[in-house]
Amino acid sequence: MSRRPYVREMSKTTWYMRNKRYKVYVMRELSSFLVGFYTFFVIYALGILATGSAEKWDSFLAAQQNTGMIIFHGLALLYFLFFQTFPWFKLAPKAMPVQLGEKKLPDSYIIVGHYVAWIVVSAFIFWLAGVI
Amino acid sequence: MDRSQCLYILVGGSHLMAIAKKAIVWGLFAAGGTLTAFVVPALIGLFLLIATGNIPDGLQFDQIHAFAASWLGKACLFIVLFLSLWHAAHRLRGVAHDFGIRQDTLVANTVYAVAAIGSLLAAFYLFSIR
Repeated sequence: MSRRPYVREMSKTTWYMRNKRYKVYVMRELSSFLVGFYTFFVIYALGILATGSAEKWDSFLAAQQNTGMIIFHGLALLYFLFFQTFPWFKLAPKAMPVQLGEKKLPDSYIIVGHYVAWIVVSAFIFWLAGVI
Repeated sequence: MDRSQCLYILVGGSHLMAIAKKAIVWGLFAAGGTLTAFVVPALIGLFLLIATGNIPDGLQFDQIHAFAASWLGKACLFIVLFLSLWHAAHRLRGVAHDFGIRQDTLVANTVYAVAAIGSLLAAFYLFSIR
């Protein structure tokens, strides 16, 4: 090692602002806050359910009904789709390539497979919740 | 067995432990990532429906309570919540690093502890719904 190693100056807190790739990366990683938020939201709802009181559940549902919540959930949904779900499907063929003998299954098959599975899973959840 | 062999096994053993630990953390993270990518949009969709006042039948007290009271419902909810928590914890650890917080041990202990508390809380609530 040289005695005066070259240290490139780089901010520890704003390094990702330099280029678009890094910005997208940080945007994508920030979607983990949404995962954490919604998980604790569901746990909170379970806590209300655990009281066994229908009135408390109804007032919880009533408290959720306002314009602010509509905007929040709407934006969260868009953010989550574009920075978690779709990128995750896009990287799926790289994370789990499928080898068939000498050849590899084309990436597009794996990606399309994920989208189809996603629609099926979402439809199942909506069916379970009585939406469809 | 001489000393060098013994040392070799010890070092090899702890190395394998480290790999196993990493594999568990990474495996939970990957499973959680896939699961959240598939499930969370529909979940937000349900919250959006609630917010607009169109509450689906399945989310009325009797039905959702019956679902959470069944063992299959409990298992589904717990797996989704547990994996989501670990996934979020593991990624938030990376986010802290990216935003210049370099005390990784402290950050890791904090996020994993919060995930563990959340999991226990979920288990406790699910267990008391019957």
